[in-house]
Amino acid sequence: MEVLRITTSGSVDDGKSTLIGRLLYDTNSIPQDKMEALHAASKRKGLDFTDLSLLTDGLVAEREQGITIDVAHIYFSTPNRKYIIADTPGHVEYTRNMVTGASNAQVSLILIDARKGIVEQTYRHFFIASLLRIPYLVVCVNKMDLVEYSEARFNQIVEDFQALVASASFKAPSIKFIPISSLYGENVAGKSEKISWYKGDSLLDYLEQITFDHADSSHPARFPVQSVIRPRTEAFHDFRGFAGKVASGQFNVGDEIISLPSQQTSKIKSIEQFEKQLEVAQARESVVITLETEIDTSRGSMLAKVDNAPALLKDITANICWMDQQKLVPGKTYLLQHGINRVKAKVQQLLEVVDVTSNQLVEDKKEMGLNDIGKIAIKTAAPIFADAYSVNPANGAFILIDEFSNSTVAVGFVA
Amino acid sequence: MSNKIQWEFPQALEDEAIYILRETAAQFERPAILFSGGKDSITIVRLAQKAFYPGKCPFPLLHIDTGHNFPETIQFRDWLVASLGLELVVRNVQDSINQGKVQEETGKYASRNALQTVTLLDAIEEMKYDACIGGARRDEEKARAKERIFSVRDEFGQWNAKMQRPELFDMLNGKINIGENVRVFPISNWTELDVWNYIRREKLEIPSIYFSHERDIIERDGMYWPASPFLNTTDEEVPFRQKVRFRTVGDMTCTAAVISEADKLEDIISEILEAKISERGARIDDKRSEAAMEKRKQAGYF
Repeated sequence: MEVLRITTSGSVDDGKSTLIGRLLYDTNSIPQDKMEALHAASKRKGLDFTDLSLLTDGLVAEREQGITIDVAHIYFSTPNRKYIIADTPGHVEYTRNMVTGASNAQVSLILIDARKGIVEQTYRHFFIASLLRIPYLVVCVNKMDLVEYSEARFNQIVEDFQALVASASFKAPSIKFIPISSLYGENVAGKSEKISWYKGDSLLDYLEQITFDHADSSHPARFPVQSVIRPRTEAFHDFRGFAGKVASGQFNVGDEIISLPSQQTSKIKSIEQFEKQLEVAQARESVVITLETEIDTSRGSMLAKVDNAPALLKDITANICWMDQQKLVPGKTYLLQHGINRVKAKVQQLLEVVDVTSNQLVEDKKEMGLNDIGKIAIKTAAPIFADAYSVNPANGAFILIDEFSNSTVAVGFVA
Repeated sequence: MSNKIQWEFPQALEDEAIYILRETAAQFERPAILFSGGKDSITIVRLAQKAFYPGKCPFPLLHIDTGHNFPETIQFRDWLVASLGLELVVRNVQDSINQGKVQEETGKYASRNALQTVTLLDAIEEMKYDACIGGARRDEEKARAKERIFSVRDEFGQWNAKMQRPELFDMLNGKINIGENVRVFPISNWTELDVWNYIRREKLEIPSIYFSHERDIIERDGMYWPASPFLNTTDEEVPFRQKVRFRTVGDMTCTAAVISEADKLEDIISEILEAKISERGARIDDKRSEAAMEKRKQAGYF
């Protein structure tokens, strides 16, 4: 069974939590006791309807302020697949959470209030979805009930959004526009009769049809080694296997491989998954690989195919999103973690800072703080084995860790 | 949604959990598995066994024994440890009571559930564990929906929802200062149904109380409580015999039974799909208030 990961973004009052509550409600994913708690909580707030947004606004502070403040994960299933929603906040100060929620998503769901149209936050959401190269973009024009389900209003918003898309450097391969009312469930799980002029799929029907290439055949084979397994027991006396999760592409038994950074080569002898022997390991599978010969490979090494190995990078230009209260300090040494491989890295230069709401460079911006997005030059103490994010996203991202606070201060995308 | 039963386990979840366990072994000096004897921690043990095969599971099991466990759970724990050759560390809430660090609750809702946090934090300090692997899932409860996979705790075991590290892609940052520790949640993205389908696929043994059996119970607040010497009852609360099973394994004082004939895994899974009550709805400890779980998390419970 497949898993589809969705990230949702929206501004404070555009009804995102209500939409998610509605998806859960319409797929029968809310158990009776939670439903009763919802009725009771709605009544306490003096509402004459059941407020589905209360289902996902989890933390106490949020219940008090009526807003979402962190990434929350929500699950529902259809007979077709399992869905994971990373629900992220939409206010200005929480760009970092939006990037976090988007980092694992295959679908980005952007909400627009039909009355307000495109707002500053829409630019931000679209920019982040583009930066992370999320393949599927769904634009839900919400609160259609408050504009009398007007087709003209919907078309105007679609047109405005297309203009925004035209200005972007990366365009999602698929962008879908759906007019909805999350409060009344119009076009959420089922087709709306009130919006009869819209001939397309409802949101859930559209999500159900999204398909993926799980063989990931267009991407090069990359296997970051997490650990070496050497049981030294009687039954497995000479066993030496490399444990890891295939980052991208696929490996077959018999493939000629190269190990980085040692650059020694060998051949895959076996691919094991617990007691099973596999012929092939595909992207995202956790396996143990054994080799025909003993070569220098340990935690942090990467196995690739001999004819398609990544470059050893030490001088890197990257787009980054800053995620910490403490500003970026040019010249400071951070830890750079690429996949599981950690090296020391010095930020050489802050090249540019982008205004994500206009997609323009910020003139004279000489510093980078929380929620800023820009470009840096960075030098590592030892090579990393990354691909450009635009070529192979699964092997093109890294995080920066502050050596003193241990915080994850930034995410970077190798340019 | 149709009621067609989904027996299939999403394999991506196992691959993700194994990756997380391997990162835990590599990034920490002294990691341990928090073992309750429930289905989620049994799942974690299986994943750890698979992650390092043909090597051995590198984590000891830490069990915080409240003294109010179902005897079936303890029997199962000892059998599992022996059959897989695992290391088991047990610390007792009774010792914390004897040391005067915590006080037994009184009244008919008395339970040791809140007390075990102190015993757990003491055990972490004593054993110098820097990472504790737990079977918590984000779908269980609203406060858990915001939990990270590597969740950093301060010296007092406290969780700060506003100061969490961002987790991007599958990159895990387990760097901590001395005295801090990390709670690791490899099955964060699993639902209750995923866990049951996994147990079925892997043919795992689980404690017998998950299956339908006859037991003395009492009725209180519309729920069925297992009769036991640990439960303070009133004169009106007369135990009666009933076929029941438990959807979660907690203390005998805070785990409610459901009336059920399900005595096979397949029947349990069908029952969950039709269930009218969510899993934690049968946990009396969460009912205390809407924010009950979040408050206990801040105090260091899971």
